[in-house]
Amino acid sequence: MAELIEANQDYLEMGGRKFHSRLFIGTGKFSSSVEMRDAISSSETEIVTVALRRVNLENTEDDILSSIDRSKILLLPNTSGARSAIEAVRLAKLARSLGAGDWVKLEVVPDPVYLLPDPIESLKAAIELVKDGFKVMPYVNADPILCRHLEEAGCVCVMPLGSPIGSNLGIKNRANIEMIIAQSKIPVVVDAGLGEPSHAAEAMEMGADAVLVNTAIAIAKNPARIAEAFKLATIAGRLSYLHRGRRIQGNLSIKANASSPLTGFLNEEDRVS
Amino acid sequence: MFLDLFNQFDFRSSISEVKSKTKLEVEIALSKAVNGERLEFIDYLSLISPNANFYLEEMATLSKEITQERFGKTIQLYMPMYLSNECRSSCLYCGFSFENKIPRKTLNENEIRKEAEILSKKGIQHLLILTGEDYSKTPLPYLTDSVKILKEYFSSVSIEIYPMDTTDYLQLIQAGVDGLALYQETYDRDTYRKYHLRGVKKDMDYRLNGPDRGGLAEFRKIGIGALLGLADPLGEMFFLGLHASHLLEKYWKTSFQISLPRMRPAKGDFHSVVPVSDREFARFLFAMRIYFKDIGIVLSTRESVSLRNNLIGLGITTMSAESKTEPGGYSESGELEQFETEDKRSLIDVMRFIREKGYYPVLKDFDNAIV
Repeated sequence: MAELIEANQDYLEMGGRKFHSRLFIGTGKFSSSVEMRDAISSSETEIVTVALRRVNLENTEDDILSSIDRSKILLLPNTSGARSAIEAVRLAKLARSLGAGDWVKLEVVPDPVYLLPDPIESLKAAIELVKDGFKVMPYVNADPILCRHLEEAGCVCVMPLGSPIGSNLGIKNRANIEMIIAQSKIPVVVDAGLGEPSHAAEAMEMGADAVLVNTAIAIAKNPARIAEAFKLATIAGRLSYLHRGRRIQGNLSIKANASSPLTGFLNEEDRVS
Repeated sequence: MFLDLFNQFDFRSSISEVKSKTKLEVEIALSKAVNGERLEFIDYLSLISPNANFYLEEMATLSKEITQERFGKTIQLYMPMYLSNECRSSCLYCGFSFENKIPRKTLNENEIRKEAEILSKKGIQHLLILTGEDYSKTPLPYLTDSVKILKEYFSSVSIEIYPMDTTDYLQLIQAGVDGLALYQETYDRDTYRKYHLRGVKKDMDYRLNGPDRGGLAEFRKIGIGALLGLADPLGEMFFLGLHASHLLEKYWKTSFQISLPRMRPAKGDFHSVVPVSDREFARFLFAMRIYFKDIGIVLSTRESVSLRNNLIGLGITTMSAESKTEPGGYSESGELEQFETEDKRSLIDVMRFIREKGYYPVLKDFDNAIV
């Protein structure tokens, strides 16, 4: 398992903190807190998101909080439930005042059917939260221009969705996510829609810095085993991205024409200016 | 700013790095391009390397496909207008050089209008205005006034003048300029020092950061380039690629163009020290296109009729035509030219040829009156 060890030396740096795991876990939809705890444990995740509206941060007996070892895992409050920038900012500040720290996963979702994030309100909220000292991780549609603006606003990463949340469809907007990965100077975390471990591997192989998975693990028959599968798939994709050998593939036989129809005008004897 | 990145590399080591690229590395780069994968900077280096000469036909094919996909079957045309040949800089290869005892001329408003009328009657809407490097004979107010006059005739005015501060660029944009061309000439510090003896142009660092200052001013279009013939072209192409990558990453609202002017005979009896052959020139052009899919590539009348004709469709996006390289050159011909052009065909003839090749010659592509 030398490669796995090597993968662990390859860490994700974000918001001034290092993470060995590139798999983030969401905590909604689990059938019990026991299943959730086991899944978190076998995923070896270091970032767990939690909807502020669901937890009681003051109550140490809270099911979700007691399942998470906060010395090893970053508990990332999200603003789930917010439908506007104003609501999201309020939720983030509330989380911080309750001791959740400066990190916040920004979710502004006005649409109850497809649960798609609002780009305009998200950008507004991001600008305000960054100014207020938050480490903002915005959940957004895979829009390269929006991601440019969020990066300029000072977010610590961008979290484009692979396909609508909970859909398990995998990466349906590959072209846009490739553009975001190519342009981004902050980490890109593919969030939402990853239904199978192979989807996570695909995102990592494309060069994503991390993935976030919730539904696919939470509703699995055996969440802990599937969480482990996602862990391995994430590492596999990362290793592939870092180390894949470049085999020559495809049709390079656009070549080997004895005659050179396009470059025949370039004489072997070079004209020198 | 680019200077910070530039200073991390050494010209001579960059040449060795490019020369070390193997045929296999060229094949890997081409394979990625064929499969639509993203190329890394090292792949670009493979494509400009001498070993890429073995794959020139493949590179031309790819370059053609990518150009068509991104730009369609069109060629953007523009014409240059020299406003002045006054120059306080001394560049050994340039006809306008301070030391050259030639008649100096700066067009006044009437002369500018005369030239503008001749050019706009030809139908061209994209104008590139040029000056020498004389900050007192062609100061900012002269330039903004000239631009305002020219905007009465042309939909798009670009500038190729001395480097400026961002605040000055902003005033030119305000006056109606949408494009900036600022070529580095050479990215080799030693060569730069050798050929640029006086004037602001002596300050290599100020010039290196010029396109950044243009980016900060938010020009719509910025052109960069190296004058091939002064120093080792492999080094020039290394740094030109680095420069373009830096700018594309940083100023995402600007579209970029590159130009690879080759030395032409000019007053002062200067000849190319490191001549670049047509094959090499084509290799550089294809490499640029394959690596920077969306970058504009300009081919001027410095190049021969046959080379220009043959390269249409293979990667270039923008051409000048019927260019005169002296102030007032369209209304009266004199002997003040900056360099001798090679392709002396009229705009109409160039357009006819572009059409015959199955491409559309574009005379108007942008009008900042609409934004």
